[in-house]
Amino acid sequence: MTATSSGHRGLVMEEPLLFEQDADGRTGVDLPEAEGRKPKLGGLERKGRIGLPGLSEPQIVRHFTRLSQKNYAIDSGLYPLGSCTMKHNPRLNEKMVRLPGFAMAHPLQPQQTVQGCLELISTLAHWITTLTGMPGVAMSPAAGAHGELAGLMTIRAALTARGDARKTVLVPESAHGTNPATAALCDYKVESIPANERGRIDVDALKAAMSEDVAALMLTNPNTCGLFENEILEVADVLHDAGAFFYGDGANFNAIVGRVRPGDLGIDAMHLNLHKTFSTPHGGGGPGSGPVVLSEPLVPYAPLPYVVADGDGFRMVEHDDSGNSFGRLRSFHGQMGMFVRALAYMMSHGADGLRMVAEDAVLNANYVMARLKDAYNVPFPGPCMHECLFDDHSLKDTGVTTLDIAKGMIDEGFHPMTMYFPLVVHGAMLIEPTETESRESVDQFCDTMLHLMERAKAGDADWFHEAPHLAPWRRLDETAAARRPVLTWKPEEEKGEAA
Amino acid sequence: MRYLPHTDADRQAMLGVIGAKSIDDLYVDVPRSALLDAPVDLPHHQGELAVERALSAMADKNLSGANAPFFVGCGAYRHHVPASVDALIQRGEFLTSYTPYQPEVSQGTLQMLFEFQTMVAMLTGMDVANASMYDGASGTAEAVLMANRVTRRHRAVLSGGLHPHYRETVETYARYGDFEIASQTLDPDGVQDLAELIDENTSCVVVQTPDVMGRLRDLTALAEACHAAGALLVAVVTEVVSLGLVTPPGEMGADIVVCEGQSLGNPMGFGGPYVGLFATRDKYVRQMPGRLVGEAHDSEDRRGWVLTLSTREQHIRREKATSNICTNSGLCALAFTIHLSLLGEAGFTGLAGLNHEAAQRAAERLAAIDGVAVLNETYFNEFTLRLPRPAEEVVDALAERGVLGGVPLSRLAPDNPALSDLMVVAATEMTTDEELDVLAGALQEVLS
Repeated sequence: MTATSSGHRGLVMEEPLLFEQDADGRTGVDLPEAEGRKPKLGGLERKGRIGLPGLSEPQIVRHFTRLSQKNYAIDSGLYPLGSCTMKHNPRLNEKMVRLPGFAMAHPLQPQQTVQGCLELISTLAHWITTLTGMPGVAMSPAAGAHGELAGLMTIRAALTARGDARKTVLVPESAHGTNPATAALCDYKVESIPANERGRIDVDALKAAMSEDVAALMLTNPNTCGLFENEILEVADVLHDAGAFFYGDGANFNAIVGRVRPGDLGIDAMHLNLHKTFSTPHGGGGPGSGPVVLSEPLVPYAPLPYVVADGDGFRMVEHDDSGNSFGRLRSFHGQMGMFVRALAYMMSHGADGLRMVAEDAVLNANYVMARLKDAYNVPFPGPCMHECLFDDHSLKDTGVTTLDIAKGMIDEGFHPMTMYFPLVVHGAMLIEPTETESRESVDQFCDTMLHLMERAKAGDADWFHEAPHLAPWRRLDETAAARRPVLTWKPEEEKGEAA
Repeated sequence: MRYLPHTDADRQAMLGVIGAKSIDDLYVDVPRSALLDAPVDLPHHQGELAVERALSAMADKNLSGANAPFFVGCGAYRHHVPASVDALIQRGEFLTSYTPYQPEVSQGTLQMLFEFQTMVAMLTGMDVANASMYDGASGTAEAVLMANRVTRRHRAVLSGGLHPHYRETVETYARYGDFEIASQTLDPDGVQDLAELIDENTSCVVVQTPDVMGRLRDLTALAEACHAAGALLVAVVTEVVSLGLVTPPGEMGADIVVCEGQSLGNPMGFGGPYVGLFATRDKYVRQMPGRLVGEAHDSEDRRGWVLTLSTREQHIRREKATSNICTNSGLCALAFTIHLSLLGEAGFTGLAGLNHEAAQRAAERLAAIDGVAVLNETYFNEFTLRLPRPAEEVVDALAERGVLGGVPLSRLAPDNPALSDLMVVAATEMTTDEELDVLAGALQEVLS
């Protein structure tokens, strides 16, 4: 790469840390003068400097603008991360969440003063229960993993209420890591169920694993191989016959929204990621929102607080006199900002549009699979749902790995697909285009993927190993970073002391 | 449908490439009985204007900090957010990017999170901070789980001054995580001793300062008592702006500090999304929950940042992970970081001072009303009033007059009758003299 004297490279600006731009006396705010009152802090006044940097507003705006320019984003291109559902984020939703009546409402205001907020939560809950065909929904979980936690806690509370102390949760090999981590957090023993040769849960293995100790199975459907679990009704029967509950991970609901209701599949609890199917922005790692829908036997044990219709208005139940609810999971009652965005998204699409969302998402993924299947090995035949899975079989003897393909995609202007997940195939490449990509955009992506495979087969391994060549950064050494972690900036003099 | 690019011709052509006759061919694996043939019973699609009208009508039904004299706190606070914060977090490259797993194309988010971690460590007086939790209460529960791992003990002591929602959240995690809780009952008349509750099984003591009534607490002696017994001190701060004026928990011996970060950059938004701050000592870093960003170098030796120490996390360690957290509060952490960098050292300490003075003015004014007493000897920007009537009735009567007067403690802890006549009142840099006049007048009227 050509070095420049400034460190900038064309429009990609080198940008130091905030702390390296500090100058005493600079500020980005103008505050009124203090009166100079005597503090009522009981002698606990802060003594030393905090160490925060001083910068002016134009410097701050430039700093964060330059940082933003080093990120890939849906706004700038197709983002094929499988199981992440990186779809367009409508800006109407951003406008709605900033309405002062929502943004400036406090969670502990008297309930009669926030009827509009409660109406919104109640309306969204109605959309969610109708789309899923489930009788109830707990709105409070902060993200998908938090929703899993709420779901498993609800299940455990229901089991405890019937005097049933089951200790095992079954999780397929192909599950997201959050599933086993959540089960462990609820003090369950995790047992893994293998996949069959068609990339689905092995129902015979499930039957063999069933016992009176099994509290639940956690199954993602469509699963992380991008396939619909076609024996799901039998799976539900196996679980219910043994007195266990069926937890559905709804991370991939985008494939079936408006076309299939989890309530018709025998599911007892399932979280929805509003930041996936319902388009609330990912924001570089959150915030999310993970409402969990519940079947009739589980509804009484749902977490606090929850909203109920009450005469002409709405009421939020914050304390449970029945003693059934398993309790509270967080500071307040839910990711209201995500609720507003998700409802705006749902109302914009309507029942008819949401159905088209699922269909176009599935169409796009099958189209990618059809276009790439001669070049990239498909471990499980389609049709797939909203994402398609390839393994690294086609890269055999090229010296190029799944990781190298991913880094090559960066040079070609695409964010990499999900790689090395799910764990059930070797060198997994999981591609989810989403329904908001046009045919032209999907075609360009497919052309690029085909080109990369040709290049790998042509013996260009060295180019791949060095990729990315054109990104703002070359390949970063994650191993060295973990060996001697530097997790905060420190002034030069302190760095000296630490060494 | 404005968000869906395909034309019918596109769909047909693509089905042709796939070799399918219709979309239904792609759903062959769905049991026929479960495949819906028609849209579900919900309204059909609408244009922007119609959606905007419907949602605005809901928003307009709320009284809020935007249109009413406002004194509500207890874990969420009304602060002024500079205009550039919201402009910058709406840049699509921040708003519409994923978790930065691919560092070469995510340096913007990664560098920002490194700056966030550094600032959180500075504010709390700790060595290291993670890249955020969901909020203060869930962060507190994670802190207790972490203390259990570090000490290999299974009993947490919770201070009576801990926000009841935080206590309930920890209790939920305890019930299912198989550890014990010793909770103090909130005593409105004084700061309670906690050291006597520590025993040889205690993993941590959780204490909030300022507490839910607004009272400050010196943690130094308590930290010593914890350490002498082999337990950790978990300090909780629900109003992060207080750290501009008050000695940080890290300087008083805390081992883990959890804060609610909403006050900086993030609207009250009826309860979320917020951002949990989580900081600790270097020696415990491998037991931390959540994501961490660390410095790295690329193959040309340029400095950059990556997600690091991920062998603690669920996507690698599965059931052995330190937490199940995945998506956290990235965009809220960005808003926090931008707001705090605009403030800088002088602005942040200045803002804290303005908050403290606003609360003093409010306390003096309200204490002058007949029958009203301020219980706090110390406070930052909120304090507790004892009223001559049940606080919940008073707050409702104030709301009828269009005033959002505070939080009745009975709402948070209805099972504690000693709290029924107590109301927590918050004031910030946004509180005007006019608002205070209206509150004082209305309170006088309600109480007479």
